Amino acid sequence: MKKLPIELTINGRAHELLVSPKETLLNVLRERFHLTGAKYGCGIGECGACTVLLDGLPVLSCQLLAVMCNGKKVVTIEGLSPQEAAAHPMQDSFVEEGAVQCGFCTPGMVISATALVEEKSEPTTEDIKVALRGNLCRCTGYENIIRAVKTGARKMKEV
Amino acid sequence: MEKQNFNIIGTRADGCDEKDKVLGNVVYAEDYIMPDTLYCKVFRSAKASAMIKKLNIDKAKALDGVSCVLTHEDVPNNESAKNVVGQTTEVGLLEAKQRILATDRVRYYGEPIVVVAAETPELARDALELIEIEYEELPGVFDPEEAMKPDAPKIHGDNNVIANWALRKGDVEKAFAESDVVVEAEYRTPRQEHAHMEPESGLAWVDDMGVINIRYSTQVVEHYRDVAAVLGIPESRVRTIGTIIGGGFGGKEDLTVEVFLALCSWNTKRPVKMAFSREEMGFGRQKRHPYVLRYKTGATKDGKLTAMQAELISDSGAYVMLSPWVLLYSTVHSTGPYFIPNVKVDAYSVLTNNIMTSAFRGFGGMQVAFAYESQMDALAIKLNMDPVELRKKNFFKRGDETANFQSIPSEVMLDEAVEKAVEALGPKSEPSGKNMRVGRGFACSWQSYGRMTYLHDTASSWVGLEMDGSAVVRCGIPDLGGGQRESIRAIAAELLGIPLDEVHVISTDSQVTPLAGTVTATRALFMSGNATKLAAENVREVILEKAADMLETAAEDLDIENKMVYSSRQTDKKVELVKVIRRCAAEGISIQSLDTYKAAFTDEIKTNVIKDPVYNDWTFGTQAVEVEVDTETGKVNVLKHVSVQDVGRAINIKRTEGQMEGGAAQGLGFALMEDYLEVDGVPITWNLTEYLVPTSKDIPDSNSIILESRSGKGPFGAKGIGEPSITAAAPAVANAIRDAVGIKVLHLPATPERVFWELQKKHQS
Ligand code: FES
Ligand code: FES
Repeated sequence: MKKLPIELTINGRAHELLVSPKETLLNVLRERFHLTGAKYGCGIGECGACTVLLDGLPVLSCQLLAVMCNGKKVVTIEGLSPQEAAAHPMQDSFVEEGAVQCGFCTPGMVISATALVEEKSEPTTEDIKVALRGNLCRCTGYENIIRAVKTGARKMKEV
Repeated sequence: MEKQNFNIIGTRADGCDEKDKVLGNVVYAEDYIMPDTLYCKVFRSAKASAMIKKLNIDKAKALDGVSCVLTHEDVPNNESAKNVVGQTTEVGLLEAKQRILATDRVRYYGEPIVVVAAETPELARDALELIEIEYEELPGVFDPEEAMKPDAPKIHGDNNVIANWALRKGDVEKAFAESDVVVEAEYRTPRQEHAHMEPESGLAWVDDMGVINIRYSTQVVEHYRDVAAVLGIPESRVRTIGTIIGGGFGGKEDLTVEVFLALCSWNTKRPVKMAFSREEMGFGRQKRHPYVLRYKTGATKDGKLTAMQAELISDSGAYVMLSPWVLLYSTVHSTGPYFIPNVKVDAYSVLTNNIMTSAFRGFGGMQVAFAYESQMDALAIKLNMDPVELRKKNFFKRGDETANFQSIPSEVMLDEAVEKAVEALGPKSEPSGKNMRVGRGFACSWQSYGRMTYLHDTASSWVGLEMDGSAVVRCGIPDLGGGQRESIRAIAAELLGIPLDEVHVISTDSQVTPLAGTVTATRALFMSGNATKLAAENVREVILEKAADMLETAAEDLDIENKMVYSSRQTDKKVELVKVIRRCAAEGISIQSLDTYKAAFTDEIKTNVIKDPVYNDWTFGTQAVEVEVDTETGKVNVLKHVSVQDVGRAINIKRTEGQMEGGAAQGLGFALMEDYLEVDGVPITWNLTEYLVPTSKDIPDSNSIILESRSGKGPFGAKGIGEPSITAAAPAVANAIRDAVGIKVLHLPATPERVFWELQKKHQS
């Protein structure tokens, strides 16, 4: 199949690459760039494990063809923190509040949570539940995740 | 002397891999890559019951880029090992528990028939499409009670009942006749899907020594033995390397991808990768057993239980897998945490042409809890008695005898648990609308931790100090995300007096880490924790002895904290741990130890009536909920949830609460929404749009209260909490629905449809 040229900025770095029309953004990230933080949990838009930021908004990377992302900026869990040496405050809060068990849903959760707080700096419990309803977690029961998002929101204000 | 004053144990310390998990650094099974890798896919049955008339793989084989196409003829031993993993006792009932690739007949929809490996996942998929198959359908049987009938189609052999256990204590007939009240009901529970977020996945390669390495997501490192048996090669030539697991809940306890990976890499001598799709997770792997439970319970008018009789029937699906064990759990746990003088239970697990069922958190303890706790509330209503009081009159006490004639070895803190749970619900919520009714319910449970004692369970662990005073623990304990590695790190750090982040745990490499058994049966902390404690205590003793020499004092007076060995009596007597280590090294004294913990051992069970001890101990707890029922639609919302569990001792508070909350969420899903449905053996809810698991929107305010009796058999008096956390959630919900709207919930999940029709029935009567 004919490959198409696209430009993608991934975690702040610009790349030019050739992709096949069938390739998803998730595949490109995982297989070509070895950015395996975004997970394959279902491949059909049901679980949220593949969530990344596309031009600042959370998207399901398994549901996007790479060609549709031409010219856009992608941020994955690996590039979420603006500083290389330190974690993003939302990442720290997830650890602190015990919001991480198996960790498989975590990258997607943290991305969705960060996007929510970027938009609404003091989210209510209901806001958080709504924003995260597409990110499934089978381990935690969400309680600690919701708390972590609140703590993360407070920390994001401080920095 | 056992160390008693703790700096690390009982805190909320961060775990050893959480930071890497939030950063996206953890290399899960599917994240691992090797050059020159092939991709493996499985061709599965599209019929629930059929003969394979014709199978042609030639076209698939001929496709460019396809490296191997294997059928049952290419599998040296096509039935998975008869021995149950990691055990010393052979269990006849479990023979032929799983077939690797179908031979001439398929017995369930999704049964593996052919496995292929190709250069890309797309090519592997194309190869599957080229496989030609013709079936001749056979009559199937999809209801376990139908399957018990003499003329039912047989799945294997000549009897579909593959396990039968019973309890016999006292004389139930007489006791029912003398009871003041008797309640009777039939309950049904659904087939539940584990729905762990990480699909089964892994990578296998044959190394330069001719050893097959399988790096994959598993709860059972000891599966290298099954792989060796299937391939017909020595166990010493198969190495399993367990990864950090993206959730399992029992779903990664049976064989998953390892045999397929091993077959393909052995045949091609190339690395082979495989990951189940979510669809394949739906129809290609086992679920929780659906049960029919018929209960009859009697009591005196002042609320003393007199007798219980039950019939339990579980649907094993098309293969045996762990069904006999699951049924054994159900049987022993069927009385609930109550002393009942007269008990008669008959339990059956039956083969059908449905999807296989096997291990799932709760392991047979959960289905019976729904029944025995619904029965308790039914009795309370009939007796017009407070359900808390009724239960308090009947709870086991330490030393009481169970219906399998085993004495309860630890504290039973159920009086405290039930009081705290009900109290913690706080003031009752106001209904949110005119059709809304608010109700409350609770349920108490018991759940064993550790494997059945006739399996002679052991776990080994190795602890060694380094020259700089840091330490390494080697222990074959898969980490499911529950903090399994963290708890043994905490135990070693505590006993050796070194900071947590200077202890490194190497887990789950079958040729590197001492075998510690499976992460199943709520045994990880109990078994590996005890083994690590033994090994760390040995090292500690060596250090304290040598330090006592150096300080000219008695070892009994010494302790280690923050890498300093000091005397608790004379403050000037202290020496750096590193100096003691150096002295040991100079004198050739080993500061490493390998030790093995043995659980209780009993003889093999010889009869189907269980008359002897089967378990090490139990965890007891209560869950309480407040629900709101919409009487127009039948929709049930859980508003509040409380779980109170006696965990013996919490090694890490954060992890313990995490188990309690996560287990409860799965239990609430089981109560209200989760149902893996099949029509004549064909799955219809195999993806996460149809098979609903709780989302952030479905979860109530939750409160976890930890009790610590310090009476468990785990390290420092710990009990297990992984499975007990789920058990009582569903009956608590059922009892709350009854409290809200006065209907009996006999069939889980309590979906809006079911609740709606029950409400209709109630109005009509
Ligand atoms: S993998 Fe994209 S939503 Fe599940
Ligand atoms: S932590 Fe395991 S799925 Fe969320």
